[in-house]
Order: sequence, then C-alpha cells, then structure tokens
Amino acid sequence: MASGSGFFQRLRSGLQKTRQSLMGSLEAVFSRKRLDIDTLEELEEALILADLGARTADKVLQEVNVRVKNRTIEAGDGLRDGVIDILRDIMTGAMLSAAETIAQPRPWVLMMVGVNGVGKTTTLGKLAHHFHQQGGKSLLVAADTFRAAAIEQAAIWSERAGVDVIKGQPGGDAAAVAFDAVQAACARRMDRVLIDTAGRLHTKAPLMEELKKMQRVLGRALPDAPHDIWLVLDATTGQNGLAQVRQFHESLGLTGLVLTKLDGTSKGGIVINVAQEFQLPIRYIGVGEGVDDLRPFDVAEFTAALFDKV
Amino acid sequence: MFESLSAKLDGIFSQLRGRGKLTEANIKEATREIRLALLEADVNFQVVKGFVQRVREQALGQEVMRSLTPGQQVVKIVRDELTTLMGSQHTPLTMASQPPTTFLLVGLQGSGKTTSAAKLARKLQDMGRRPLLVAADVYRPAAMEQLRLLGEQIQTPVVVRQGSRDPVDICRQAFEEAPQHQADAIVIDTAGRLQIDETLMQELAEIKTATNPRYTFLVVDAMTGQEAVNVATAFNQAVSIEGVILTKLDGDARGGAALSIQAVVGKPIQFVGVGEKLDALEAFHPERMASRLLGMGDVLTLIERAEQAIDPESVADLESKMRQASFTLEDFQSQLRQVKQMGPLENLMELIPGLKGAKLPVAGEKDLKKVEAIIGSMTLVERRNPALINGNRRKRIALGSGTRVEDVNRLLKQFGQMRKLMKSMVTGKGKSHRKWAGMPMVRPF
Repeated sequence: MASGSGFFQRLRSGLQKTRQSLMGSLEAVFSRKRLDIDTLEELEEALILADLGARTADKVLQEVNVRVKNRTIEAGDGLRDGVIDILRDIMTGAMLSAAETIAQPRPWVLMMVGVNGVGKTTTLGKLAHHFHQQGGKSLLVAADTFRAAAIEQAAIWSERAGVDVIKGQPGGDAAAVAFDAVQAACARRMDRVLIDTAGRLHTKAPLMEELKKMQRVLGRALPDAPHDIWLVLDATTGQNGLAQVRQFHESLGLTGLVLTKLDGTSKGGIVINVAQEFQLPIRYIGVGEGVDDLRPFDVAEFTAALFDKV
Repeated sequence: MFESLSAKLDGIFSQLRGRGKLTEANIKEATREIRLALLEADVNFQVVKGFVQRVREQALGQEVMRSLTPGQQVVKIVRDELTTLMGSQHTPLTMASQPPTTFLLVGLQGSGKTTSAAKLARKLQDMGRRPLLVAADVYRPAAMEQLRLLGEQIQTPVVVRQGSRDPVDICRQAFEEAPQHQADAIVIDTAGRLQIDETLMQELAEIKTATNPRYTFLVVDAMTGQEAVNVATAFNQAVSIEGVILTKLDGDARGGAALSIQAVVGKPIQFVGVGEKLDALEAFHPERMASRLLGMGDVLTLIERAEQAIDPESVADLESKMRQASFTLEDFQSQLRQVKQMGPLENLMELIPGLKGAKLPVAGEKDLKKVEAIIGSMTLVERRNPALINGNRRKRIALGSGTRVEDVNRLLKQFGQMRKLMKSMVTGKGKSHRKWAGMPMVRPF
C-alpha cells in the first residue's frame, strides 16, 4: 500500500513537533538513573506541557507508581517503554468502542459540528474528496447559514472535490436546508450526505438547541438520520477541548471525533486526554492543508508516528 | 468566562480566609492547589512555576504571617501577582500623527482574524475614525467574500481583489485607494498560517514591510492550550507584534493563554472578543480581569456597559420621574429593554461583586421575558396607572401574556415595592444609592 506508507510519512513529519517536544522532555526524564520524586515531577511536567492535562498526567503517574512497585518498570529505558505503554493503552481503550464497523445505510447522513474556527468546512471538503475517490456519490450540504461566506467556501470545496452541493440561503433555516438536502439525496440515490453546520461555542444553549432541532428534523426526512455526528476538534486546543466534547456529546450524542491541525506545532496531547475522559473514537485526523492530508485515524499508526524512533 | 478557574480559586481562598493563623503547611497546600487550578486553565507550565514560587515566597514572609488576617493577605498577593502577569495596565490605542493608522491582523488558522478585523473596524468607527478593511487572505476559499459581507454589515468599505494571489499587491492598492474612501485607518486581514511555515511567515514579513503598520495584532483563540506561548513567541520574532486580540472568550475557556502570553512574550492583550456580534469586542483591562478571576466582580466594566446601552437623556428623565414618584410601568418596560442591550443577564451578574457564585436561577432570562410579556399585554392606560388593574383586568392580562394570574400579581406587587424604594431613595435616606440612580432597577421574580 504505497499511498498508506506515504501518509504515514506525512503523519510522522506532521507529528514531528509533537514528538520532539513530548519525547524531548521525556528523554531527559528517561536518562535519569534513578526513579525518585524529582524524576516523577519532571515526567509530570513533560506530560502537562504536551496538553495531556493535569488529571491524565496524574493517572499516568499513578500507573507508573503501580508498575514501579510491581517492579515492572525501572528507570531509564524501562521507564520509557512503560510510559509509552500506558499512553498506548489509554488510546487503544478509547478506540475499542469504535471497533464496530460503521453500517452503511444509503444514503449515509453525517452532521459535522464544532466550535468556531476548528476547520469544519475545510474538513468536510477534504472528506468529500476522500469519499469521492473511494467511489459512490456524495452530497455536500452547506448549512452554515450564519457565518458570512461560509456557503461560498463550502461550494468552492465541492468543486474541488468534484461532488454535488446543496446551498442554504444566508440567514436561512439551517435545519430546513438539511431536511431538503436529505430528501434530494434520497431522490437522486446518493450514497453519502455530508452536512456542514455553523460553528458555535458549546456554552451557548440556544445555539445547541438549533443543532438538536437539525438532528430531529433529519430523522423526519430519513429514519435513523443523521447516522453519525462528528465533532471537529482543533488539536491546538488546550483543556477546553474536554469541555467542548462533553457539552456537544451531552446535547447530541456524538459518534466520533475529527482532529484537525495536528501538523507542525500542535501538541496533540489532547488526543490522549480526550481518549482518557471519553470513550469516543477518533475517526479522522488532519495533518496538513493539502486535500489529501485528512485520513482515517489508526491508533497503531498514530502511536508509532508519535513515539517510535526512526 | 473564566468561570471554572475563578470558582477553583474561590474555593482555595475561602479555606484560607477562614483561618486566623496560617502555618507553612497551609500555604504549601494552598499554593499546590493554585498550581493545579492554573495548569488546568491552560496557563503555561513555566509561567505557573514562577507564579507559584513568587506567591509562596511572599506568603511565607514575616509580614503576612504576623498580620491579623493572613488569609486576606495571601488573597491580595495572588491578586497582585495575577494583575502583573496579565500586564498591569490597559494601554489605549493611539492614532498615527500621519493618517492612515494601519492595523495588521495575524495568527493561526481559525483563530478569528476575519471576524476580529470587522469588529476592530467597528470599534474604530465608534472612536470616530473612518476605517478601510483590506482582504489580504488569498488562500482560504471565500475568505475575501466573508470580509466583504462583514464590511457591508458595518458599512465600511472593503478592498477586495478576487483572484489575486499577491497579498502585498492587495495592500499596496489599498493604500492607493484609502484617500478615495477618506479612510484614516486601515485594517488588514491576513491568511491564517502556522508559525513554523517559513514561506508563509516570510510572506507576512513582506506584508509588514510594505504596509508599515502602527499596530500588528496577533489574534489568539482563548481556547488554545500550552501551545499559545510558542505561537506568540514565533509570530513576535517574525513580525514583532504590538499586542494580542483574544477571541472566543464568551465560551467557558479558562483563558490560561491570556495569562501566559503577557508573561512570556511581554506583549499586552489589547482586545477581547466576547460574542458573535460585530460590536462584541472589548478593551482588555488586566486589573479588572484579575478581580473578576478572583470573584471580586468588575463594577467598572458594568458601569461602562450601562453607559453604552442607556442613553443619558432617558437617565435624566428617569431621575426626575423618580423624584416625583411618577415612575410607571411604561418606564419600567423601556428600562427592561435597555438592560437587555447590556448583554445576557448571567454575564452581567458576574460583574457585580458578591453576586458571582450566588448562582442566578437559570430561568433569569426567561423571567425577564415573562415580565415583558405581562407589561406588553397591558393597555397604555393600565401601564400609566397600575392601580386601575383589578381582578378582571389581571385575568385578561394573564391570558394575553400566556402567564398565570399569580405572575401578574407578583409583578404588580414588586413594582409597588420598587416605587416605594425609589421614593425613599430620592427623599435622601439612601445616600449611597445616588450613583445607582441611572442603573435600571430590575428585579425579576
């Protein structure tokens, strides 16, 4: 699989900064000969700096403590492998619930939600491209009727991806647009309906209600729709990412996450943090601006890119 | 905003305040908790380390230990340190002696540059300037269109060159066009970029050289994590920024980024974005924010908002009405409308000292609507003379407003009490209340 390994390279280079900052500071810890309080404190520091959050860092430390007592971890390389093991466990645990394959109804209806500026429209455009390459007919629905020019942005992406688009009217009723789109998709025998929504802060109750309305209305257009609701999360986000996931999940019942802007600078530790707190699978990750830089998430690939030495 | 951080600090402080004497162990415990609270709020790790160390040293000093109220002393230390961390003083914008004054907005993708550009233009209008917006984001699809539409909303000209791939060229044209628009301020929106993207950072440096802006503002999402400091450092090195616009502060972001950037990069936060509307950009006041963080309220901001939302004539009018005790339900209704212009009730409450934490019943905003509906269902005569409203009328009003008779009764009763209170205030008994005379007196159920 040539393209797969090509993506792995991109993933590696995309995660380079994350790896450097996380592993760089961890190396310093691992190079210590003795596992004393100072070493553990430095370990905590390194984990928090990678946006793992104080709570998750604490969990890792406790786990290390347990393993030290059981003498399964020692200082140096043993500690390195132990910590990586623990982090891998946390991530794999979260992904287990995703093991069930997505049933493929026709059309499959996806709602993309998230706070402002995380990259919903861009991600959906790339996703449309990705699906288009896989074959089948996709419909992009520009239902962000709030932000100025969001509809134009989605329309441009549909052209790039070579998929159909249904556009709402600025200021129009987003739920109605989504409803019409799903009906149209049924009539046109489309395979996938990808719905873009307006960005909203998770703390704004009326705006969250709007999303719930769209969810209800979609169910009326097609039983069981929307089949998936994915939250787009900006990887540069800090601990607030947890609050976002929690709130959107409570309101809508998310079925997955998409992590964007994981390239270059992002710490990416929020992935581990979210995995620790919620049993929500990460579906796709974006590691660059190119149209091909969005790929299905694979724990093994991700942890390898993050932790393994070349 | 900042709720969870201030709630945490509140808890820590209430433990400290309760003690007559503080031991070294007490302080160590408290500072450890402060450290955790700050870390969870995304404050940069290095910053937290230094902060906690400074607080600990001062708190363990002789003066505090010997003082009668050591707990209070520690709170004061934390507050002072927080203020210093956020940059002590608010520095207002100054205009170039030779117009136009140019503002350049830079930042990561999705941080809110385009929206902030429009908000800044709106702010400049409020300051009596004639801004010109420049759409120099040549990469994101429809970014130029977005700025053009926002410009329309605030009636500000926007320089757009659809299809152009050269931001420097667009900026040059903007300067040529500025005189035609009689613009004395230019706000340039640029494409979002990663600080490690050398090509794009180079492009930004070229834009900066070509436009020579008076202010280069870095736009930062308040929800950014530990990365915020690196972003700010890199942008500052590449294009040397004057300050920061912190966006999306109306969510529950704990704003650790706000605390860290000033501390590490030494550049102040100039504005904060607090809503989706184009007038939701506020000047940032570090000392007020520190008070707000510590749950001490922020009366200054409250008064400023009131001044903006309430027109002075109606205040004078109100005062005379209060003096003559001729305040009617009609006046009350117009007051309600003005209060609503000041923003969501919940946000206002947290500005008032002592009211933070004393959680408003969630229905606060709903109750206001109820009151409005009830008054709306009264006839003009009834509003001017509430004494008229007998049982029959009450029934009719309840029916018309979709409320119950009890609700109408309660409103009328409260209104009667309010009137009495006003009378006592203007007859000179409540001396300290005078400065509140202009404040709308709303008492939801």
